[in-house]
Amino acid sequence: MFKKTGIAALTALSLTGGGAWAAGAEGVVVDRDFSFEGPFGAFDQTQLQRGLKVYTQVCSACHGLQYVPLRTLGDEGGPNLPADQVRAYAAQYEVYDEEEDDFRTATPTDHFPMSNLENAPDMSLMAKKRAGFHGPYGTGLNQLFKGMGGPEYIYSLMVGYEDPPACAPDDMEGSYNVSFTAGGFPEECKDENGYNTVPGSWINMGQPLWGDDVEYDDGTVATLEQQAEDVSAFLMWTAEPKMMARKNAGLTGVVFLTVLSVLLYLTNKRIWAPVKGKKNS
Amino acid sequence: MSGIPHDHYEPTTGRQKWLHSRLPIAGLLYDTIMIPTPKNLNFMWIWGIVLTFCLALQIITGIVLVMHYTPHVDMAFASIEHIMRNVNGGHFIRYLHMNGASLFFVAVYLHIFRGLYYGSYKAPREVTWIIGMLIYLLMMATAFMGYVLPWGQMSFWGATVITGLFGAIPFIGESLQMWLLGGPAVDNATLTRFFSLHYLLPFVIAALVALHIWAFHTTGNNNPTGVEVRRTSKADAQKDTLPFWPYFVIKDLFALAVIMVVFFAVVGFMPNYLGHADNYIEADPLVTPSHIVPEWYFLPFYAILRAFDDTVWVVQFTSFITGGIIDAKFFGVLAMFGSIAVMALAPWLDTSSVRSGRYRPMFKWWFAILVVDFMVLMWVGAMPAEGIYPVIALIGTAYWFAYFLVILPLLGVIEKPESAPVTIEEDFAASHAPSQAPAE
Repeated sequence: MFKKTGIAALTALSLTGGGAWAAGAEGVVVDRDFSFEGPFGAFDQTQLQRGLKVYTQVCSACHGLQYVPLRTLGDEGGPNLPADQVRAYAAQYEVYDEEEDDFRTATPTDHFPMSNLENAPDMSLMAKKRAGFHGPYGTGLNQLFKGMGGPEYIYSLMVGYEDPPACAPDDMEGSYNVSFTAGGFPEECKDENGYNTVPGSWINMGQPLWGDDVEYDDGTVATLEQQAEDVSAFLMWTAEPKMMARKNAGLTGVVFLTVLSVLLYLTNKRIWAPVKGKKNS
Repeated sequence: MSGIPHDHYEPTTGRQKWLHSRLPIAGLLYDTIMIPTPKNLNFMWIWGIVLTFCLALQIITGIVLVMHYTPHVDMAFASIEHIMRNVNGGHFIRYLHMNGASLFFVAVYLHIFRGLYYGSYKAPREVTWIIGMLIYLLMMATAFMGYVLPWGQMSFWGATVITGLFGAIPFIGESLQMWLLGGPAVDNATLTRFFSLHYLLPFVIAALVALHIWAFHTTGNNNPTGVEVRRTSKADAQKDTLPFWPYFVIKDLFALAVIMVVFFAVVGFMPNYLGHADNYIEADPLVTPSHIVPEWYFLPFYAILRAFDDTVWVVQFTSFITGGIIDAKFFGVLAMFGSIAVMALAPWLDTSSVRSGRYRPMFKWWFAILVVDFMVLMWVGAMPAEGIYPVIALIGTAYWFAYFLVILPLLGVIEKPESAPVTIEEDFAASHAPSQAPAE
């Protein structure tokens, strides 16, 4: 499952918005085979738990998950932590209680905290709001057949920090990232038509993951790629916590409606048979 | 015009007679469900049922969503996430509603183009056509306002751009725009009034749908030949038609079930495919998205809207002779509404004596180009307005207007139509063996 297909797809013209193409910027988005892709794909619970650890120990220093209730960490189809672990996890956060007009220890019924930093976006829906690339050429085929989406973007961003290209001035603010398109971009790296000569742009966030940032409980080696993939999967779950229930409902619908279609086809054929007779050929 | 001759409801038992003499509702239902229907209808005639189903689906899922949604700028976005995370089955109901809108528009476009090809708009069905166009306009208004409710970035900026169109109207535009928004900019007052209207308009649509059905039940269905059902006697009519129940009900339900298989696959497996990722970002009046695009079903008309800028000579000319009252922006707005208006006027613009496109050798090609044109406009509407795209949009727009204003009137004069069958019975018999026994 860790095989890297190595296909770097460009965020092409966005068919239905979201892309930053109009400004001439493009970012590298790497395709990864996540376990939850496709109609039958499912979240890998152990991966979600690993991702939770990465989020807790690295990302949560700045980024919040304000829409995610802590109790859902115990949900089936999610990280599926036992109840006592959910309580223990919640207890590490302090939340403001309006009734008490004071801070108190969080319980599972509370939500994750909000972002600590003004300019650090909330991560709850990151995997859905950064899915707006419909490549190639605005057809959406990568999304349809390769399952490309927000998790691929987050993964690419995590591993996309590189040494700045030679064209960039030394005093360029931020870190150069080949996947990030919404950041600053030096004029020196544009060609005579104003098009960018290098992918990505300069992001305010310093490189958050380097490898061995956390120690996994299940003994998985915490490489940069591994951690990036785990946290991307975890953020897909925070964005779409009911994915498993949704796919199940969809599949049930498809199966039953297919049966219904066959029955109605046969009914229809039988009802019309006396009227139509045999087809002239 | 009286309806197609057929058997009417006769109350038999005492209770039925009691009710029938006071409220003949059973008779109305019977006549509606047993309406004589041309027996040669093909599978392009299923979209009416699909559309009725969509309306019901949207109203039912919508009523459930309203129970959990909060129409306030500070809470709307979070209440959607509440529906997605905490409400039992809420995520699925919301995705049904979201994608239900797309299915609604897929069906309505196929329904409209069916009507355009088979000449369903022609006399005596002009009123049905006009009511249908009103339904379509209301659908667009409803869908647009519904899209604002989640209060995401595309909701907010879509609302800003679209209400800005009204601001382009000379003299009264700014006042009109402010009146629509309930203030100088898109804000809480806008959200609450859009919410109110988004709840109201579907019921207006439902009433218009009843009129739409009443109208075509009076004139009778069109059919692929465009030849009318014989009304000379009940026996003649019966040779051309079959009762709606069970023949067409079962056929339509079969088609609906197949469509539902695809629909459930989309809702279950890729519910956000047709949406904008940006709408999962909460609305922020200070951050403009890099690329504001409406939902896919508005794209052809959005392309027409954007096709006209200051560099187009028609715009320059119009602006000159109106003393600048009609500028490029207002011209685009006029073009957009005009593109739907010319479609609504099709019954009077089409001069051909033959109804169905099946027997019009030249019309077929022009119609095919119109279909392609519609899809090209949809594609170009999603593209940024730069480079080659505005030129394509302009050509596409020109063809759209030319089709209705020039080609349809001219074809009726220069085209030599093929001969249509004399009766529906004859057309039906051509592809099927004679009926062995009446089904009734």
